[in-house]
Amino acid sequence: MESVLLYAFSAAALTGALLVLIARHPMRVALALIATMLSLACIYALLGVHVIAVFQVLIYVGAVMVFMVFVIMLLDTRDPSFVNRYSRLLVPGVLVATLLAAGLGHALARHYVAGPVSTSPADFRLQPFSAGFLREYWLHFELTSVLLIAAVVAAVAVIQGRGGRDG
Amino acid sequence: MDRTQFLLALSVALFALGLVGVIIRRNALVMLMCMELMVNGVILSLVTFAARTATASGAVLALLVFVVAAAEIAIAIPIVLLLVRQRQTLDVGAYARLKG
Repeated sequence: MESVLLYAFSAAALTGALLVLIARHPMRVALALIATMLSLACIYALLGVHVIAVFQVLIYVGAVMVFMVFVIMLLDTRDPSFVNRYSRLLVPGVLVATLLAAGLGHALARHYVAGPVSTSPADFRLQPFSAGFLREYWLHFELTSVLLIAAVVAAVAVIQGRGGRDG
Repeated sequence: MDRTQFLLALSVALFALGLVGVIIRRNALVMLMCMELMVNGVILSLVTFAARTATASGAVLALLVFVVAAAEIAIAIPIVLLLVRQRQTLDVGAYARLKG
C-alpha cells in the first residue's frame, strides 16, 4: 500500500514538473508547480519525515508560491513571452539537460550501494527533531534569521534604492 | 530498484526538468519557478538520504535549504518587478543590453 502511494505521488510530481515546462500562462505554471510540491510533501510524509512535509506545505506552498501567484496577478499583461513560450535555446537546452540526467542516472545505476534502510522514524517526530535542532544546530538557525533579514533589507533596497526617482 | 534509488532517480528527473525550464522558457517568472523546481529536486534527495540513515542532519539541512529558497525568492521577485518596470515585458530576450 505504501509503495503504491509512493509511486502514485511520484508520478504526480513528474506530471506536474512536465506541465511546468509545457503550460503557456504563468498562472498555470504556478498551479502545476504547487501540485508538484504537494506531491513531494506527501512523499516526505510517506518517508516518515513529517517535519519537512509540514514545512514544505507551509513555506513553499503557503508562502513562496502564494507570493509568486500575487506577483503573476500583479503583472498580468499580454506579454510576448505568453505567445512564444520557448527561446532559441530549446534544442540545446533539452540536449544539455538530457546529458546531465543521463550522466547522473548512470552514476546512480552503476555506483549505488544498497545499504541498510533504517526504518525508525522516531528521530523525525517534532519533539526530538526540534530539541536536536535547537541544541546542535542553534548557530545555523540564528544564521538563517540573519539571512532572512538581509534578504528583506535587500528587497526593500532593490525596490526603493534609486532614490525614489521612478516611484 | 529499491525505494532510495527510486526517489534519487525522481530527484534527478525533477532537477533536470527544472534545468530544461530555466534554459528554454522565455518568461522571467516561469524561469524562477523552474529554479524552485530544481531546489525541490535537491531537497527530495536530502530528505531521501535523511530517511535512509535516520539521522536528523539531512532534515535540518533541508530546512536550511527551505530558508535559502525563501530568501532567494524574496530577492528575485523585486528584481523581476524592477526589470518589468523598466522594459514593460517579462520576456528575458528583451534584456540583452549586456550582450557584446
